[in-house]
Amino acid sequence: MNDSLNGGGRFLTLTPEEWQAVALSLRVAISSVLVCLPPAILVGWLLGRSHFFGKSAVDAFVHLPFVLPPVVTGYLLLLLFGIRGPVGAALNDWFGIRLAFTTSGAILATAVMTFPLMVRAIRLSAGSVDRKLEEAARTLGARPLDRFVTITLPLMTPGIVAGAMTAFAAALGEFGAVITFAASIPGETQTLPLAIYGALQVPGGEATAARLSFVSFALALIALFASERVAHYAQGLQRG
Amino acid sequence: MLKIDIGRQLGAFRLQTSFEAPARGATVVFGPSGAGKSALLAVIAGLQRPDRGKIEIFGESLFDSERGIDVAAEDRRIGFVFQEARLFPHMPVRANLEYGRRRRRDAAAHATFDDIVALLGIAGLLERKPGALSGGEKQRVAIGRALLSNPRLLLLDEPLAALDDPRKAEILPFLERLRDEVGVPMLYVTHAMEEVTRIADHLVLLDHGRVAAAGRPEELMSRLDLPLLIDRADAGTVLIGRIAGHDLERGVTSIAVGHADSGGAEFLLSHVELPVGHVVRLRVLARDVAVATKRPEELSVQNVLAGRLTELVERPNQRCLLRIAVGSDTGAAALLALLTADSARRLHLRPGQEVFALVKSVASSALV
Repeated sequence: MNDSLNGGGRFLTLTPEEWQAVALSLRVAISSVLVCLPPAILVGWLLGRSHFFGKSAVDAFVHLPFVLPPVVTGYLLLLLFGIRGPVGAALNDWFGIRLAFTTSGAILATAVMTFPLMVRAIRLSAGSVDRKLEEAARTLGARPLDRFVTITLPLMTPGIVAGAMTAFAAALGEFGAVITFAASIPGETQTLPLAIYGALQVPGGEATAARLSFVSFALALIALFASERVAHYAQGLQRG
Repeated sequence: MLKIDIGRQLGAFRLQTSFEAPARGATVVFGPSGAGKSALLAVIAGLQRPDRGKIEIFGESLFDSERGIDVAAEDRRIGFVFQEARLFPHMPVRANLEYGRRRRRDAAAHATFDDIVALLGIAGLLERKPGALSGGEKQRVAIGRALLSNPRLLLLDEPLAALDDPRKAEILPFLERLRDEVGVPMLYVTHAMEEVTRIADHLVLLDHGRVAAAGRPEELMSRLDLPLLIDRADAGTVLIGRIAGHDLERGVTSIAVGHADSGGAEFLLSHVELPVGHVVRLRVLARDVAVATKRPEELSVQNVLAGRLTELVERPNQRCLLRIAVGSDTGAAALLALLTADSARRLHLRPGQEVFALVKSVASSALV
């Protein structure tokens, strides 16, 4: 009995390398959500509220990472942002920024993969904001940006929160695009799923894989629970 | 002074409206559903763009298709009270009220925040969210929000239409006080006659997108050539009178209409809780007025007024509508009477004849 307790204690004790993977995963997931949010709000609002020429093309482009195999998305990112890619070369020459095989690259790959998820949720909430309220704000002297910030954006909040939470949960599990674009460098780009996969590739790595899987499981549960709470709170804000 | 002359094609419907509204008091735009009333307000507010025409307020052009002027809605300083309150659900009442005020600080205020809140009786609601308000409370907050944006003109688009009768009765006195105590001219759209008779200083009749008639409600409502006003169960006139005296023993109040020295008419009403000299509006429905050719005696009807039959028209369903000038020959006031065509024939009624109007019921409301 004592043994099994100790064994359980050992099971939950992560090695420094494993902690590193957990911390990196959280950092990549949170950063990717923050990077995604502004463009996702803009694109979600555009798709949900306005009609413009080429809307369906934008819609399809946004959803590309959703339907492409993640490895292909990672490969395309490599072509574009790799050190010899048109964007990657420019970033490197002008700003000395390297994306491929760096943490920033892992964040970029994760952000691109979760972008469609976020846009979908935000787009729905943008479409459900009552335009009549914006009209009322207009008659009270509010200009377009003012109306967006004080009326539209707060009323979109539940959708934005839901989108961000879903994206965060998905970001924790992002694999294919990250490993293709950023590789699996411990402490640099090796997030939880990559570390789990890596552990399974070496003999005797099952214990590490199991521990990290358990952490993944716990994080997913916490994220799900938190998103329920926050969405509930955001909706309460509106109903009053 | 508000000057409107606009044209706007909406599918098969054409809004082709031209009228002027006075700089003070309430102008009511009255018309059946689909007459273009709401579209008219949206155009004035700048929420919809007319195809052609001019909109001018206090000498400033807000829209002029020829000169290429189109002031944005947010810059027009025109308050709008919508049928469905449209309060911002994520803000408490106070923030809703402050929304327009903060954005129009530079504009001259008609009244302070506290004045408006007191006038509308919403002081107890300030910290609540709109979701926790009743329909009547929401509409009062919406009126306050529009007023506090310091508008030059207040547009009200059927503000009572979405409310039940008790809620309407709750808000109407606030609207009357608004008209009398706050110096913002109002343009009030409705299809409810009750609101016309209580609110209107000036009346514009809108039908199929066009102005059928415009003028003082007392005058328009005593005309027999406006089907919009006379072919309805609550057709009748509005009279402006003054409290002449109270008889507490009998429990009645006498109200003088027109000038006493030039032979005004006097109405007796159940006691009205207002001081002598106070101006009131009287509403007399055509169906509540009977006609006699000789002065009747031993009658329960309190108000028997001598007058002259000035006009008589036949209406559908074997009905006959009469216009009777009561008081002096100058016509201190006019009443309408609805009779059956048979009665009119039996009494040999013809214009110019001296008659007695038996008024079975009078409603009064106070004016400041």
